[in-house]
Amino acid sequence: MDEAAARQAIIDGMQAKKGKSKFYFKDLNSMIPEMKTLQVKKLLGQMVNDQILEYWSSGSTTFYGLKGAGKQHSGEGEE
Amino acid sequence: MAKHETPLLDELEKGPWPSFVSDIKREAASRAKNEKNVEFQIPAEVCEDLLGVVELSYHEGETHWKHGGIVGVFGYGGGVIGRYCDQPQQFPGVAHFHTMRVNQPSGLYYSTDFLRQLCDLWEFRGSGMTNMHGSTGDIVLLGTTTPQLEEVFHELTHKFETDLGGSGSNLRTPSCCLGMSRCEFACYDTQAICHEFTNVYQDFLHRPAFPYKFKFKFDGCPNCCVASIARSDLSFIGLWRDNIRIDQEAVKAYIGGEIPPNGGAHADRDWGKFDIQKEIIDLCPTKCMWMEGDTLKINDKECNHCMHCINAMPRALRIGEDRGCALLLGAKAPILDGAQMGTLIVPFIKVEPPYDPIHELIEKIFDFWMEEGKNRERVGETMKRFGLAKYLEIMDLKPDPRMIKEPRANPYIFWKEEEVPGGWDRKIEDYRSRHQM
Ligand code: SF4
Ligand code: SF4
Repeated sequence: MDEAAARQAIIDGMQAKKGKSKFYFKDLNSMIPEMKTLQVKKLLGQMVNDQILEYWSSGSTTFYGLKGAGKQHSGEGEE
Repeated sequence: MAKHETPLLDELEKGPWPSFVSDIKREAASRAKNEKNVEFQIPAEVCEDLLGVVELSYHEGETHWKHGGIVGVFGYGGGVIGRYCDQPQQFPGVAHFHTMRVNQPSGLYYSTDFLRQLCDLWEFRGSGMTNMHGSTGDIVLLGTTTPQLEEVFHELTHKFETDLGGSGSNLRTPSCCLGMSRCEFACYDTQAICHEFTNVYQDFLHRPAFPYKFKFKFDGCPNCCVASIARSDLSFIGLWRDNIRIDQEAVKAYIGGEIPPNGGAHADRDWGKFDIQKEIIDLCPTKCMWMEGDTLKINDKECNHCMHCINAMPRALRIGEDRGCALLLGAKAPILDGAQMGTLIVPFIKVEPPYDPIHELIEKIFDFWMEEGKNRERVGETMKRFGLAKYLEIMDLKPDPRMIKEPRANPYIFWKEEEVPGGWDRKIEDYRSRHQM
């Protein structure tokens, strides 16, 4: 799978989950099983740099979200 | 007069202990006076409003903080913990009150100049309140607004030559005891490896890819000054595998009362004459010490490196010369499962740059946990779920009786057929030729 396809698979995967805006790394990792975990990590980092994704952190756990999607801050577990 | 009445918080200033309430009030007063004419970039009344919102929470028994968020510096998935007040009209000074975690220097050595500049920066761009240090070890800068984050980050990286620390599902800022810089018990250079690992695993510190947090802590000896055994997912505890070095003349001097035990600690009370039998030999957990006449003997094979005798008689007893560390995996505070201490997975390993064998093991630990760990599962919980024997096999580590408390009572290793010469099938005739019915 080339990078563009992997990026699209992530975006599609995230958009397909209705009502969910924050994803664990593992959730995204499983959307592109062909790719090695460390490659996925790198890709997601680039997607953050390209402002397609953004991190959401509760302080103890970090999630990934599509930029601008969902609540920007809230109590932990309160999505 | 104070902006908010705080009768409940005022109670916390009574009594003999230092009080965070007094500290915050002092900073509030200093900001109100502003003798240095600082152009505060966040509301001057941040400390006042902090006291106000905490008082309100104490009164109601409910928090008014919302924590978490997308705040951070560009490209980093950690180091900033977003915090907002849910009563921003009443307490505008703390409407945003984000925490920044800053990577502390190994062994916590600072110049006064560094500290002064850091505090000046934080008065200018933050609340002026710090926590030195957070439980992970970081310098914690408490309370600022979103627009200040990038500004502070720029200063930290360009002027202070440091970086943000870890938070969230990242590697957390590695931390170490002061080790060889001051301590004769250090079995390896904790500061060197802590600094090296902070650099090598930098990407894991800033870009989250773990199921949950992961901490490295480096203790130079089993005294565990940074409590690695209880508080880090991978704990490095210095130890030696040869013999404790004994200076018999110094042993006699301790017995004769010429050298005070424990380096003179506990000298505030008269504990009577030093009694080597009662205070050292009888307290050795493995009972491997004894006197032969006036000579102290140690059966080093049985010593479990508890450090008691060395702590008590540091001039007579010194750590051995063949030094390295033990690695323990999986300590944590209660989250999913209960609290756990680290489990010994490598009884001894040399700690020498470039640390290749250690890096190889870490790579396996990370790989497996990233693949198999469940969301919000610490590596110790993953290990527990698979079981120690299975986990060791996956990590390519040899089971060793030292990994458990009582090898004979706790059969945690089962032989596999291929490990037994001849497998499970035996010729009964052959057996009977040597054993009667
Ligand atoms: S852990 Fe051991 S080596 Fe490190 S400072 Fe404490 S006593 Fe010294
Ligand atoms: S270090 Fe502890 S176990 Fe070892 S000899 Fe001294 S008291 Fe005994």
